[in-house]
Amino acid sequence: MNAEPIPIYDYLLGFIFSLVLTLGSYFIASENLLYGENLLFALGGLAALQAIVQLYFFFHITEESSPKWQLFSFLFMLLIAVIVIAGTIWIMYNLDYRMMPKM
Amino acid sequence: MTAHSAKETYNRTIFGFWLYLMTDCILFATLFATYAVLHSNTDGGPGAETLFSLPYALVETLLLLTSSLTCGLALIAMRKHAKSTVLFWLGITFLLGTAFLVMELKEFHHLIQDGNDWQKSAFLSSYFTLVSTHGLHISFGLLWIAVMAVQIITKGITWDTFRRIDCFGLFWHFLDLIWIFIFTFVYLLGVK
Repeated sequence: MNAEPIPIYDYLLGFIFSLVLTLGSYFIASENLLYGENLLFALGGLAALQAIVQLYFFFHITEESSPKWQLFSFLFMLLIAVIVIAGTIWIMYNLDYRMMPKM
Repeated sequence: MTAHSAKETYNRTIFGFWLYLMTDCILFATLFATYAVLHSNTDGGPGAETLFSLPYALVETLLLLTSSLTCGLALIAMRKHAKSTVLFWLGITFLLGTAFLVMELKEFHHLIQDGNDWQKSAFLSSYFTLVSTHGLHISFGLLWIAVMAVQIITKGITWDTFRRIDCFGLFWHFLDLIWIFIFTFVYLLGVK
């Protein structure tokens, strides 16, 4: 991210890729192409791919000059976010499983 | 202010705002985690598959994605010192953002009218918290656009307005990115 000029095709390419990925996810879900875990991983993967596309084309995260504090703070945030989300799901489902009334 | 110190202020402000966005991501991470845990606890009430409509959510997504593009076009026009083009694209971004917000509020209104408000079940509590936190961010983004439009009209394109518009650009792209995850995990996976 800098005050340098941004080429317009950055935004157009980012927009087109995002559009394709969004419609792709929608199509997979609405046409029932996949089920269960496969659907979760496919849609999660497409969302992550779209996040990468937007970080590259809209946020220009790779264009930062050294030292890359924005990139490092982003990766640190990602680590915390993964720990929070995966940790919460793991603990709460485990707790739910153990606390279920087993008549 | 000399050009050098203005550039320095620009770099520091952008980095500071970036750090704020990273903490905001962690806020959303906790809300996503809560939703992931509670999404099937409907307490006998309706679940995601009966409440949400995929085409409706797709239109919301496309509105927000297009507004991300028009916001980028405003940033590009800012760099070319094309004042009226900046105002034009900011105006389009504002309209698309407003359309998104209206659709979201309409959806909330329908849910609440049918008795499916945030007190109905843990699923709906976590849904309303996650989605309306995003909507609240959008509302502040719209206010920000309005303030920036006034500043660009009165002050023109200076280092100050330039820096603020770039911060706004980061904020708006960030909101689109968060929405992609809401669209995927709440709507697409919720309905299936």
